Amino acid sequence: MRQRALLIFPMIFPLILFAINGSALTPATRIHGFPTHNYRDFLIAMPFVQGAMFVSISAGIDLARDIENGFLNRLALTPLRGEAMLVGQLGGALVVGVVQAIVYVLVGLATGVTFASGVGGALVLLALSILIAFAFAALGGLLALRFGTGEAVQGIFPLLFVTLFLSSSSLPRNLIKVDWFRDVATYNPVSYLLEGLRSLVIKGWDAQALALAFGFAVALLVIALALSQAAMKTRLARK
Amino acid sequence: MTEHPAIEVEKLVREFRKGPRAVDGIDLYVSPGEIYGFLGPNGAGKSTTVLMLTTLLPPTSGRASVGGYDIVRQGAQVRASIGAALQEAALDAILTGREHLLLQATLQGLPSAERRRRANELLERVGLTEAADRRVGGYSGGMKRRLDLALALVHFPRILFLDEPTTGLDPQSRAALWEEVERLAHQEGMTVFLTTQYLEEADVLADRIGIIDHGKIVAEGTPGRLKAEIGSPSVEVAPADPEAGDRLAALLNTFGEMRRNGRGSVTVQLPGGEAQLAEVVRVLDQADLRVETLQLHQPSLDDVFLAKTGRKLEGAGEGATTEAAVPANGRRRRRRGR
Repeated sequence: MRQRALLIFPMIFPLILFAINGSALTPATRIHGFPTHNYRDFLIAMPFVQGAMFVSISAGIDLARDIENGFLNRLALTPLRGEAMLVGQLGGALVVGVVQAIVYVLVGLATGVTFASGVGGALVLLALSILIAFAFAALGGLLALRFGTGEAVQGIFPLLFVTLFLSSSSLPRNLIKVDWFRDVATYNPVSYLLEGLRSLVIKGWDAQALALAFGFAVALLVIALALSQAAMKTRLARK
Repeated sequence: MTEHPAIEVEKLVREFRKGPRAVDGIDLYVSPGEIYGFLGPNGAGKSTTVLMLTTLLPPTSGRASVGGYDIVRQGAQVRASIGAALQEAALDAILTGREHLLLQATLQGLPSAERRRRANELLERVGLTEAADRRVGGYSGGMKRRLDLALALVHFPRILFLDEPTTGLDPQSRAALWEEVERLAHQEGMTVFLTTQYLEEADVLADRIGIIDHGKIVAEGTPGRLKAEIGSPSVEVAPADPEAGDRLAALLNTFGEMRRNGRGSVTVQLPGGEAQLAEVVRVLDQADLRVETLQLHQPSLDDVFLAKTGRKLEGAGEGATTEAAVPANGRRRRRRGR
């Protein structure tokens, strides 16, 4: 909470995009087969994933800074286990993810987004978005441990953002007419994260969409944590 | 009864990929309660050695024990018995000094009832009580170093590693840190392994010095013994008239080994010690040779380094004080066994 800028600005940018695209892209709802009449219902999933990516970069930069300034060495000289060190470093990012998720739900409700799955669905959406934030934070931690500098982590951030736009973030996959774009979106795990979140708003309870979203989020988290642990061992090089 | 060394190193090597050996087979031992000064220029291998001895970097080969524990096989035990203030102060700018100490105490496993007491004690000891609840981002360099030292002491280590602890500090902060290091060693019996590139710091603080260059220890011993090995003091004489240089050299070359400098000046060794200075003055006076300057030089650790490596210690003057730092009590230190 002493670094309010790190909390507020990454939260505002997705909301700005939500506001702009929520108005500008409203005509998309007139496309035949578009799943909702309210584009904001469709778009609300985007800030959660976008916010998670910002969390990822913040977590990565923070950890890289600790590596660069020797703070990680200080922790390594304590009895703290490597896994605990990693989770502790990501804990702050998780708190930011929770705050962001609550804000985005409230903003959505305030701008007319309705949850087809009701209050229960909103809670599941919160849980899923927090899991996604933690998974991306672990990815940010991996980048920091692997490359060791904040500049490297920041340099990779645009690539992460590209995966968001090469997904079903703006249109359902079945309505993407450009073949290569649709194929990329189909193979892009970010699409399934968005679709799982979106399903709770538009459809109600879609077991398949939720299973894919939770599945990809857990897979990203597990893989990122496992690779981070290995990178931490190399980085610390202590026995 | 033979004392077990606090630190024992045998043929320790550290290689990096595609690079020279940063540490090239060093041997050393440090007795309990000793201040061991590890002196060398930038890039000599000092910090790499410290990283290995504190288990933060595995050696390529060789062995070492710290506190009786092997650095490779018993890393956790080594870490429990050491404190380390490394080259970077490694502080979080948004935490206060007290918060740093409480965090460190928690991570080191101190009982919760003990943490605040220990933090207060260390803050008082390093003179940061008043600044304890300010964020570290607003601390001066000297304050950060003192906090760093306090953090290294939280868990009552027996052995303390200090990696260039006074780099960038003003003379007063440096003197204060020297006092604290001396007190830790001589009053509390803590073993201190101190790396430095400052000759004076090693000379003033260390009971024994190891001089490292290009990964190898080139000399080791007490400061007095190392300097005595190099030889006697020398006197540098510059004539008032540079043209009198030849006459000056002829007068003084009977005293000892001589070297001609620029503008007629000469430097001559005094094998008989400082007592020969009076004789030099008498000879010059009898010859009615007027001198502009006459300076007596005692052997320094820089001379030791020059003799062992053929070059001067790099950076010896960078950031170092031009006059010896005087501690807060106003008395210069007298070291043991010099």
